Amino acid sequence: MSAAVVDRRGFLKVSASAAGLTLAMQVPFGAQAQDASPEVTVWVVMKPDDAIVVRIARSEMGQGTLTGLAQLVAEELDANWAKVTTEYPTPGQNLARNRAWGNFSTGGSRGIRESHDYVRKGGAAARMMLVQAAANEWKVPVAECRAANSVITHGPTGRTISYGKVASAAARLPVPTDVPLKDPKDWKIAGKRLARLDTVDKVTGKQVYGADLKLPGMLNAAIRDCPVFGGKVRSFNAAAVASRPGVKKIVQVGDSAVAVVADTWWRAKSALDALPIEWDEGPNAKVSSADVAAILKAGLDAPEAAVGNRVGDAKAALASAARRIEAVYSYPHQNHATMEPMNATARWTPERCEVWTPTQNGEAALAATSEAAGLPARQCEVYKIHLGGGFGRRGMTDWIRQAVAIAKEMPGTPVKLLWTREEDMLHGRFHPVTQCKLQAGLDAQGNVTALHMRISGQSILAGVNPQGIQGGRDPVVFQGLNPPGPEASIGYTVPNLLIDHAMRNPPVPPGFWRGVNLNQNTIYLECFIDEIAAATRQDPLALRRKLMAQHPKHLAVLNAVAQKVGWERPPADIGGQKVFRGLAQTMGFGSYVAACAEVSVSADGDLKVHRIVAATDPGHAVNPQQIEAQVEGSFAYGLSAALFGECTLKNGRIEQDNFSTYPVVHMQHMPKVETVLVPSGGFWGGVGEPTIAVAAPAVLNAIFAATGKRIRDLPLKHHSLKRA
Amino acid sequence: MATLHVNGAPRTFDAEPDTPLLWALREQLGLTGTKYGCGIAACGACTVHIDGVPTRSCVRPISTIGANEKVVTIEGLSPDGSHPVQRAWVQLDVPQCGYCQCGMVMTAVALLQAKPNPTDADIDEAMTNICRCGTYNRIRAAIKAVAQGSTRSAGLNIQHVDGSVA
Repeated sequence: MSAAVVDRRGFLKVSASAAGLTLAMQVPFGAQAQDASPEVTVWVVMKPDDAIVVRIARSEMGQGTLTGLAQLVAEELDANWAKVTTEYPTPGQNLARNRAWGNFSTGGSRGIRESHDYVRKGGAAARMMLVQAAANEWKVPVAECRAANSVITHGPTGRTISYGKVASAAARLPVPTDVPLKDPKDWKIAGKRLARLDTVDKVTGKQVYGADLKLPGMLNAAIRDCPVFGGKVRSFNAAAVASRPGVKKIVQVGDSAVAVVADTWWRAKSALDALPIEWDEGPNAKVSSADVAAILKAGLDAPEAAVGNRVGDAKAALASAARRIEAVYSYPHQNHATMEPMNATARWTPERCEVWTPTQNGEAALAATSEAAGLPARQCEVYKIHLGGGFGRRGMTDWIRQAVAIAKEMPGTPVKLLWTREEDMLHGRFHPVTQCKLQAGLDAQGNVTALHMRISGQSILAGVNPQGIQGGRDPVVFQGLNPPGPEASIGYTVPNLLIDHAMRNPPVPPGFWRGVNLNQNTIYLECFIDEIAAATRQDPLALRRKLMAQHPKHLAVLNAVAQKVGWERPPADIGGQKVFRGLAQTMGFGSYVAACAEVSVSADGDLKVHRIVAATDPGHAVNPQQIEAQVEGSFAYGLSAALFGECTLKNGRIEQDNFSTYPVVHMQHMPKVETVLVPSGGFWGGVGEPTIAVAAPAVLNAIFAATGKRIRDLPLKHHSLKRA
Repeated sequence: MATLHVNGAPRTFDAEPDTPLLWALREQLGLTGTKYGCGIAACGACTVHIDGVPTRSCVRPISTIGANEKVVTIEGLSPDGSHPVQRAWVQLDVPQCGYCQCGMVMTAVALLQAKPNPTDADIDEAMTNICRCGTYNRIRAAIKAVAQGSTRSAGLNIQHVDGSVA
């Protein structure tokens, strides 16, 4: 049984000996405060030796949010940065304390942009309480005291005391409600190019990922879900593998999967490979990508569609236009392919269920655990473990439900479920598939008078959150194409504009993905703008500037890119190859971004992306060196998608089952990336995702400049760029 | 029972002969710094050294490794993370999620042993490991920093708590 108890603040105190857990490695057990260190505010724990523990509610998956959020808290705390460490409160603690830490969800580049206000106030309030406690001890007016670098100074006497010494007294004071925040121009910790807090263990092998977790007495499970979406288990012959070395149990999981539990994962996986399973492949057994494409194609001209953005009368203006331009684009299904496959460790008893898992959404993980365990959420707990990549995949909970179902078959025994790469590839939550027909109407002078974008295809919300559908309309589909406003707004003014969506949902489970709908929408619009420029013999930058005059923030990042790249001057040849440029811009996740790609295409059609210059305006920049890392990373992910990324359906199942059939960008493909950071202040935008959306269109437009070939469907691996 | 020479000492353990080295390291020997990514030698997260040669341990059965062949994992690269490659990785804040990075470090160590001053082409050729976060440019910069003995040319201007700037 578990000896975890909840103290008066709802904090878990895990008694290792009573729980029978002799921990072989550092196992995350959430915020423990085991040494009774004072919690000054929910975000700040202060130890007597002046060590500071900043609580982080969002999940760290490489994007640096742990460091960035800690910088924001430490800034307002006037903390000694060298003393700052972090910890995750658990979803169960959040539940027990009436969501003291707010939303745990870590997707949509929202870690900082959604919580900056309350975490900074948590730091500022803690500082006010510490200063007040010092003033009380010295019996002096608080106004005579000031804090810096974790030390409080009484101005008139010069007396000093460190935070740790007054932390206990501060923790007993009421938390102030009127908490002014610093002007970002006065930041000393936030806004700086600080090193991450979580690097060292990642290069020594000490960092524990979910896949590395080892609990005493733990068994290991490998699983196979029906490869056909919607299929079920018909039968399996457990006796065929039951006597293999180390095998403990063979269990059916739900109606569609079978798992083998063994002492080691390798033995579980080997036995699963040898286990005869018969599938009932169900209604999708014959579905292929061609079927899906046909369904989407019909949606391009369907009379019924949900409207995302409408100005004037685009259809009438198109009908009367002096000239029309039309193109159809498409975007495939893609897998996240996190480096660490899905995994979760679960321990179930009739009284309690605990799960250790890398998750982007701790609260959803707790809810899924509760549901799968058949226990109230208050009798469940989820311990978040560092993620080996997320990209949206780990916002889901499917593998957690599986792990709990398996653990439920072995009460009291912790079982770690680890997916194979093949399972991960076949049972992703895929980047949605869409097609888009774009029609532009031009007047006699070549001015754009009308634009109609008809998107046809998959809705993520319909798959993962149907209650988010509003009257048949999925608002997320229109990312980057929304009317003017603070989120994902279109950067062009066209007098007659219609952007609508015909929802067509194939039998492939969709999921949020790095950038997700912004990715294909930016390809569609930015490549089509280039098509208009080419058709009207205008410079792509000049045409954009003309259409963007009423969108100064969009235009500013585009201009920053043009200036940095030197758009007015042709690029120098590289290795005897001519270099060509392509532009793209968009707005999403609260930030404005633009990019220029420089590519060359050899006579044989070999593409080389030499350099990408990218500008981003996220409003405020909390850690510029980490923003640069995110921008670079987004281009690796975006170029993987553009060059190679495609999951195809054949006989109801995904054909690509590993990196051999789902190639991604390697070192040799990676361009030089130059990031231009132009934070204009006054708003908070995300940085993990926005720039991924400009990767593909910038490259596609550069390819057109180089070859005259207009690529309208991805990935590029299907297209010959060889000159005719 | 099988015996392997791992990180400077012979280790005897119970595993089937066809068990891949990766899983013997992770499950029998508790060395979890070596990661499972693909199981088909495509991603390099499982890279270790066998007699100094970078090897993808996920497809290497333990039965094919002699008791005298010296296996070195990330845990055996240095006792305290002080190998110059590890130091450069830290100074330039290379990892994002970090899952691939132990394999990257092991591959880079072997590259720098073979070619102390690698060209970009050498780096492209040797560093075929996969990183989905997209840390490739910082990896390239860190390898060059080791070769040059200085992180300055990377121009990243990262401020560390010890006051140093890399």
